[in-house]
Amino acid sequence: MIAAAYTTPSLLVFVTSALLILVGAIGVIAVKNPVHAALCLIMTLIGVAVAFVAQSADFLAAVQIIVYAGAIVVLFLFVIMFLGVDRREHIHFEPLVGQRAFAGVGVAITVGGLIALMARSHWVSGAASVTTKLSAGSGNVHELGTAVFTTYLFAFEATAALLIIAVVGAVLLARRERPTTPSEEAA
Amino acid sequence: MNVPAAWYLVLAAGLFGIGAFGLLTRRSALIMFMCIELMLNAVNLTFVTFSRTLNDISGQAIVFFVMVVAAAEVTVGLGIVVSVFRRRSSTSVDELSELKG
Repeated sequence: MIAAAYTTPSLLVFVTSALLILVGAIGVIAVKNPVHAALCLIMTLIGVAVAFVAQSADFLAAVQIIVYAGAIVVLFLFVIMFLGVDRREHIHFEPLVGQRAFAGVGVAITVGGLIALMARSHWVSGAASVTTKLSAGSGNVHELGTAVFTTYLFAFEATAALLIIAVVGAVLLARRERPTTPSEEAA
Repeated sequence: MNVPAAWYLVLAAGLFGIGAFGLLTRRSALIMFMCIELMLNAVNLTFVTFSRTLNDISGQAIVFFVMVVAAAEVTVGLGIVVSVFRRRSSTSVDELSELKG
């Protein structure tokens, strides 16, 4: 039996996270109402956070909940309700004939080929412990912080610039253009 | 002993496949963005699994940056959706056909 080879808690955690991830993901692409899709997305994100904790990435799990489930999904819900598009979409109507069949076959070939390729060789290959080793039994918050602020300092500063650009761009894109009054044109 | 990395990799591949299928078949721009988030999360899960297996923190650091880029992408993308909705009163990508030749 599989449970004999691996400890029951880790197996239980894996099954829980897999169920959360897959049910949520299928919910996102299958439900008609965008609000329900956003809630299914939260389910998937929490499942991924559980998988992160199980693989000793505690900080990333916290960021996953706070940033993804907390901020990004709220942004989605805000836009859905702001635009008033929370009515049902006709997902049974298929404008391009055979689109779903082609998409299904393409995705099945890609994912099946990927898994077959990995299963025929080693699943993970490469040089181990190139930068910093993980610390056994802890959440690796200290190691991650050290790596981000030393090895990846330039990338970290670049993301700061990226976020500023994104915020300014989003404000400019979503801003409603005011009609200019004659006095403003004269000035 | 922990669950083998292969299981998490297969799970991530499945999640990526579901996201890709949704991106190819759904027509609402909002749902398509959610499917992109699903695919990004699948890749993040792969990175963390590699990080654990190779005993290296770099995978986790890269996931951190992917999350930042995903947040920026969603912000700009939803700004575009709002701007398009104002003009067309729809988030369906099929109706954005002005550039069609």
